[in-house]
Amino acid sequence: MEEDQKENNGQRRKGISRRGFIQLVGAGAIATTLGDVSKSSPVEAAEAAEKGEMVHVSLQVNGRRHRFKVESRWTLLDVLREKLGLTGPKLGCGRGECGACTVLIDGQPRYACLTLALEAEGKAILTVEGLLRDDELGPVQKAFWDNDAMQCGYCTPGQIMAAEGMLRVNPNPSLDEIRKGMSGNLCRCGSYAHIFKAVEQAAKLKQTV
Amino acid sequence: MTMPNFTYIRPKSLKETFQHLSAGNARIHAGGTDLLGCLRDGVFTTEKVVSITRIDELKRVERLKDGSFRIGALTTITELANHPLIKERYPALAQAALEVASPQLRNQGTVGGNLCQKPRCWYYRGEFNCTRKGGARCFAILGENQYHCVLGGRGCYIVHPSDLAPVLMAYGASIEITGAGGTKKIPIDKLLVLPEQAITRETALAPDEVLTAVLLPPMAQGSRSSYRKVRARGSWDFALAGVALALRFYEGKVTSAKIVLSGAAPIPWRCPDSEKIITGQSLNDEIIARAAAAAMREARPMQYNEYKIELFKGLITEELAAYK
Repeated sequence: MEEDQKENNGQRRKGISRRGFIQLVGAGAIATTLGDVSKSSPVEAAEAAEKGEMVHVSLQVNGRRHRFKVESRWTLLDVLREKLGLTGPKLGCGRGECGACTVLIDGQPRYACLTLALEAEGKAILTVEGLLRDDELGPVQKAFWDNDAMQCGYCTPGQIMAAEGMLRVNPNPSLDEIRKGMSGNLCRCGSYAHIFKAVEQAAKLKQTV
Repeated sequence: MTMPNFTYIRPKSLKETFQHLSAGNARIHAGGTDLLGCLRDGVFTTEKVVSITRIDELKRVERLKDGSFRIGALTTITELANHPLIKERYPALAQAALEVASPQLRNQGTVGGNLCQKPRCWYYRGEFNCTRKGGARCFAILGENQYHCVLGGRGCYIVHPSDLAPVLMAYGASIEITGAGGTKKIPIDKLLVLPEQAITRETALAPDEVLTAVLLPPMAQGSRSSYRKVRARGSWDFALAGVALALRFYEGKVTSAKIVLSGAAPIPWRCPDSEKIITGQSLNDEIIARAAAAAMREARPMQYNEYKIELFKGLITEELAAYK
């Protein structure tokens, strides 16, 4: 049973990435795989956008650079989901209370719903999709899977990114540090006990891989 | 809950920033966490968002020659909490920074933004044309007021939401404000205003001025400080009650004291009577009890927030007792 679910999960993941690809092409976004992002020349950021005007923005997401047009009021979450088809980050509260939209920006967990797309230019953005290692789950994803750290799963991508960000700064957190470190993410199903176990296991997994 | 349209500008210099701000109906974007929430919820509207995030000179934490510190307004709350010299010299400030909001918001929110944030009163944040929005009524007076102020309210009964501000006040910090006309320094007490001074704004900043830095005076010998925040959850919540203490001791006696409350009033609330009671004394249970009672002597609770009075007395008592 467990193996079947894992297999299904693998297929789901592939499904999302196909959908993401189609949306990406459909939206007319240009993605370039960059061998070494840090060596590529920086693109000059938009310094002004009139009300309602579409201006170019260049975002580095999961190691790829994407260039497309945005309105000044669009958030990073809007463009990740609607322009890039990355549906891992979720819209929950839209006001920085629930954490469903958590992504890493320059390695730090932040709320994509409270970040303007234009403000994210020039920064490295990592979503839950970027934690995959080829077709394998990354260590934090695997720990959430192994510990059944979700029920409905809506908050999970945000929880995983919050855990990933915390473990990068604090690789051996105590239970109390985990609780505080994960406090910016709500789970309405109440899976907290499993989430904390998952983060404990993720800390160990990250050190072995 | 859609984001309204606005013109967006990201200047590279302060000079350019002032030009855009002086054109009127503009809002400053630093971390953006409070700004975007307010715009989305319709707490206020703006024509123009002026982002100061490209202005690198606002991002530095510097130790000045006289031993004081200058904290650039764009320093994030996380940077402040982790700064080794701040942790060593101003422990209450690092402590308070760690108590702010959630990890995500600390990574994004800035020191300047924390001091200029809008209050969290649910009537102000909701669809109520309250006195702070220029309306005729404060809905908290007859409404749900369990989180509202017990001191300093008049026409509006918000509490100041910042955890940094009470600590900065206890440390005697100043605020650097820069405008087209130049730079000025004011004590933080003069930055934050009571409803009776200006009911529709929280700070003394003019629309075309920018809070550019926080200035911390050098710590004197024998100084000790702390911040404690009491809230309904263990984290990611605003203070029900909080107390910042900055005390100096010489031979076991308090030689100077600052006691500042959060969650009590529309601004961080100094307790001068309590400070007087403990100054010149060795801290003992009787002195501490008198100081705690004095802090709440002028308190005027509303229907649902009377619990705060005992909460503050207990909190002040416990915190002062830790210095015995």
